[in-house]
Amino acid sequence: MTSVLQAHELGKRYGKRWALRECTIDIPAGHVVGLVGPNGAGKTTLLKLAAGQLEPTSGGITVLGGRPAAGPAQLARVGFVAQDTPAYAGLTVAEHLRLGARLNPRWDAAMARERIARLGLAPNQRAGKLSGGQRAQLALTLGLAKRPELLILDEPVASLDPLARREFLQSLMEATVEHELSVVLSSHLISDLERICDYLVVLVESRVQIAGETDRLLATHHRLTGPRRAPDRLPAGQHVVCARHTDRQSTYVVRTDAPVHDPAWTVTRLSLEDLVLAYMDKPAAADRRALLEVQR
Amino acid sequence: MIWLTWRQLRGAALMTAVLLVILAAVLVPTGSQLAADYAGGLAACTRGDDCLGFYDQLFDDYEIPFLASILIVLILPAMIGLFWGAPLITRELEAGTHLLVWNQSITRTRWLAVKLGFTGLIAVAAAGVTGLAVTWWSGPLDQSAREGFALMAPLVFSARGIAPLGYAAFAFTLGVTVGMLVRRTLPAMALTLVAFLAIQLAMPLLVRPHLIPPVTSAFEIGRENVDGFGINRDGTFDIRLNSAIPGHAGAWVLSSELVDPSGRTVAASGADGRITGVPTTSGPCAPAAGSPDGCPAEVNRLGYRQKATYQPLERFWPLQWIETGIYAVLALGLTWFCFRWIRRRLT
Repeated sequence: MTSVLQAHELGKRYGKRWALRECTIDIPAGHVVGLVGPNGAGKTTLLKLAAGQLEPTSGGITVLGGRPAAGPAQLARVGFVAQDTPAYAGLTVAEHLRLGARLNPRWDAAMARERIARLGLAPNQRAGKLSGGQRAQLALTLGLAKRPELLILDEPVASLDPLARREFLQSLMEATVEHELSVVLSSHLISDLERICDYLVVLVESRVQIAGETDRLLATHHRLTGPRRAPDRLPAGQHVVCARHTDRQSTYVVRTDAPVHDPAWTVTRLSLEDLVLAYMDKPAAADRRALLEVQR
Repeated sequence: MIWLTWRQLRGAALMTAVLLVILAAVLVPTGSQLAADYAGGLAACTRGDDCLGFYDQLFDDYEIPFLASILIVLILPAMIGLFWGAPLITRELEAGTHLLVWNQSITRTRWLAVKLGFTGLIAVAAAGVTGLAVTWWSGPLDQSAREGFALMAPLVFSARGIAPLGYAAFAFTLGVTVGMLVRRTLPAMALTLVAFLAIQLAMPLLVRPHLIPPVTSAFEIGRENVDGFGINRDGTFDIRLNSAIPGHAGAWVLSSELVDPSGRTVAASGADGRITGVPTTSGPCAPAAGSPDGCPAEVNRLGYRQKATYQPLERFWPLQWIETGIYAVLALGLTWFCFRWIRRRLT
């Protein structure tokens, strides 16, 4: 098994609107994958497709080599923590663990109990009375104690305060190392994911912009600053991700496998955040460039 | 999964159980009393007229619990559809918990099967027990109640025997189906109620009379089916029929009318019908004859008849089985739809 998630020309349409289109991606196993993109980019759609909550409109997707939610065995291999970490408000924490134990063949009861105790959650407390952070931890516990090979989390920290965010991601990291599982989690904030992801997928306007290991992404993207220059005068191997121009100066973010030798450019490394922002900025940058051509 | 379903249903099921126990606590003592009153009164009345008076008295004594019990049995399936059926799926969709439970190692088909099967069985059992208990309780009244409240009367029929089982199963699956389509609890409940009421009205009005082709037959005019005679000032003679059928007590009369010798309708029962050819100054129908007992024979001799379409009382159980079967088939159809929908369309 080398891929946790393979999609080919995957698309999902709601009515006339495509929530995700032409998504072709191959995520290798053993990574903590961050799925980043602005709100409404299709992150939830992609994750729900992977978890088998949605049926694709076009294309195909396989998760751990199987069709998502094809049967109990496939469901047991993939954990999914949905957005806003839903829980049964009327059921207590202990009853949630019981639910997990009854519905999952590989349930790790000892681990679940130990995690709940360590988090300081009272077993007899109703889930409806838990804080957002506690509920997220409960949902994560359910996802982990199921002992999946792949854990998918959709915006798990979106509704948490900064402290709860850090605690949640910390405990996710520990569990990932301990149980050797692959993780895919989404966020619209790269700062949430920066510390724990070693693989990144950027999704903007229902299309995958780039996917790869973070180290490699950082090594192949550069910011070039120098005298004003039109994009068509850049070398063939350099793909413009985004461009900004003033009267005299041009700033490009480019992707290239080869080193940049042109002495006219000042080359700086990008942070992960800069890189993601460059991709999110791309459509807007294209518009501005068109405007620039007209003004000249 | 059964544990989870039971855990979610527990509160509602316990409440229903408490209500059923209260109902039983009322029905058992009053039912025994009613049976004793009936047996005692029947032994005391010897002649037919006395017994009719006793029947009326008994019915008056128990009228309120009789009507209340019918109401309970008629309402219960609607309540099941509203409060158990409609929220079964919508509650999960609204709270997002379907995303939690569908990602345990259990397919949605199995999840739905357990939820539908387990909750549905309890619902149908509750309705069935209530229906049969009320049928037992009202046994004496059903044998003696006046027309309009007899066993075959549309509302009474719906509250007796096994029909409530079918209604409950149908109402429950209807609620679940509407919930799946509408996806929000309150609109789903309202729609379920409207749809169920419409079907419950259409059934006795449009469908039940034709489940078995009704009997249409002509009857001689006699004591049982005549309400009264009248001689008008101009000397013409009127007769008014009621809708009782001679020899078929307790039948569900769909139509009853007075027809003349050529078969033309003269008047519906309850309205005055002009009889031509009856001498009103002499003969058995004249006021001078004293007792009018001989008058119907005179009318019969002229060829006037009561023409009635009805379902006889003996068809009570066949009709119950057929109607319950229809509702069971509808419930199965909706169940099939639910499974199809949850696999193909739901989120």
